[in-house]
Amino acid sequence: MSIWVLMGVCGVVTFLIRYSFIAAEGHYQPPNWFVRLLPFVPVAALTALTVPDLVVVDGAIALGSGNSRLWAGVIAIGVAALWRNAVLTIGVGFMAFYLLQRV
Amino acid sequence: MSPRHAFLLGLRSVLPLLLGVAPFGVIYGVIALQSGIPALAAMLMSSIVFAGSAQFLLAQLVGAGAPMLLSVGAVGLINLRHALYSASVAPLLARLPRRWKLLLAYLLTDEAYAAAIPHLLPAPGKPVVAMAHWILFGSGFGLWAGWQVSTLVGVVVGAQLPAGLGLDFALPLTFIAIVVPMIRSRALLAAALAAGVAAVLLAALPYKLGLFVAALAGLLVGAALTERRT
Repeated sequence: MSIWVLMGVCGVVTFLIRYSFIAAEGHYQPPNWFVRLLPFVPVAALTALTVPDLVVVDGAIALGSGNSRLWAGVIAIGVAALWRNAVLTIGVGFMAFYLLQRV
Repeated sequence: MSPRHAFLLGLRSVLPLLLGVAPFGVIYGVIALQSGIPALAAMLMSSIVFAGSAQFLLAQLVGAGAPMLLSVGAVGLINLRHALYSASVAPLLARLPRRWKLLLAYLLTDEAYAAAIPHLLPAPGKPVVAMAHWILFGSGFGLWAGWQVSTLVGVVVGAQLPAGLGLDFALPLTFIAIVVPMIRSRALLAAALAAGVAAVLLAALPYKLGLFVAALAGLLVGAALTERRT
């Protein structure tokens, strides 16, 4: 029983967070400084989400050559910056990841 | 662009992310069962809560017998970053009827947002996207369906899947493929660098709070640089 209550409450909380600004839009005038932050949300939030996956291994920062995720990620970043092609980026990144693991 | 085209565009954009999401869904299903959550509840949590990392955490907390208030608070903190996505897409959805807003808020996840946002950003010579809601619906629905199927596989098949394939690496790779081409100015580059460095330094904070704080740091750095130039 209690697992269902817990899940329900967590579902409502999660939904309300996602609905918050969508619901408020049009009912308030966001301050200018806030509006100026918004164009940076995609890049800032998704970078914050991704970089630890490359750099942090088992809770510690790993910048050595043994961290194949990091170096495959660096190669993928280079490919993405040069060619701006998603399929190429993912393909080269995966290849680099598997090759680096074998070295 | 017709609604159908916009929906399919969103759906297509999220497909590469499903490659990375699916292993997580399967692993979640396995962990949830191991934590003592009944199969039906484990399965339905994927549509009731519908938030990957929060579901992992919830399964662990249930397994550890954590008190309910703490569990709810932890889930709220871990999902706080979605408020940023909500603020980001809100202007695009302002004129929609409420049922659309409810639906798209429910479907607003990291992956669905990431897949849709490159198509929603205003670009020179491109009019404001009138079909933003259909694009978001396409990516949101695609991710939702993929998440349901993969958790079902985890719940049914259990722990017998190969873990060493490294398929989860598809997630950071796809985010790289999405984010890097969006960096078109010094301010955006600085925002990315600040957010990335801060996220690594704060990675030890509980409940992914470091992620939220790092994103805020990126926003502030980016906005500060824009202001200086104008």
